[in-house]
Amino acid sequence: MGVRIEAEESTVKAFLDGEIDHHCAPLIRSEIDTAVDDKHPEALIMDFGDVTFMDSSGIGLVMGRYRLMKSIGGRVCLQNTPAHIKKVMRLAGMDRFTNFI
Amino acid sequence: MSDVLNEMRVLLPSQSVNEAVARRVVTAFAMQTDPTACELADIKTAVSEAVTNSIVHGYRGTKGNIEIIMRILEGDIFYIRVKDRGCGIKDVKKAMEPLYTTASEEERAGLGFAVMESFMDSVSVRSTVGKGTCVTMKKRILSRSLVRAGAAEDERH
Repeated sequence: MGVRIEAEESTVKAFLDGEIDHHCAPLIRSEIDTAVDDKHPEALIMDFGDVTFMDSSGIGLVMGRYRLMKSIGGRVCLQNTPAHIKKVMRLAGMDRFTNFI
Repeated sequence: MSDVLNEMRVLLPSQSVNEAVARRVVTAFAMQTDPTACELADIKTAVSEAVTNSIVHGYRGTKGNIEIIMRILEGDIFYIRVKDRGCGIKDVKKAMEPLYTTASEEERAGLGFAVMESFMDSVSVRSTVGKGTCVTMKKRILSRSLVRAGAAEDERH
């Protein structure tokens, strides 16, 4: 499991890969939060294209980043979300407060 | 009680690295039922939630073992029991409410049981404070061959 960060002027993109569970969520959280603290972007884009598994730890991860971005007046977008991961996200009603792109 | 066609027991220490190990073991065992990718993902996710609950809540701040019993029951039923000897749950009904969590500082969403209930056909939780928690789940596997046969049948109509 890992995360690759790409920071542009007003956007931080986090490309996640592998499995997201309780074991590896803190590392991903820390990498993303460091980039957000550094850049203060308008948008945080989380890309799930290479994620092969996610349980509710991933929901906690997205919700936490949503709160972080809200605190600096920004927004969170989720992109390339595989079907099964979208199923977990919809269960949490996450489509109500984040953007799927 | 359905006949047990196959069974596997695993004992794992409550280390978070074993969440992935549990998923892999359960996947290997469940493969014999010829599940669809979606069914397998449902099982993996439900098991991951149960094992994570044992680690995060059952053995919070302590270490112990998690016992996983998997069975294939007659009628294409996948059965799994995840048992710990941790602190137990005082109010199971409350713990199963969506968004309820006792670990919000760790960004736990409080959706573990909601995921298990949504992705499996049945979930039952037995827990005694100070003794531990046992989560039993079942899911009927519509094998790929049956799904394919159904699709072919649909095409004919």
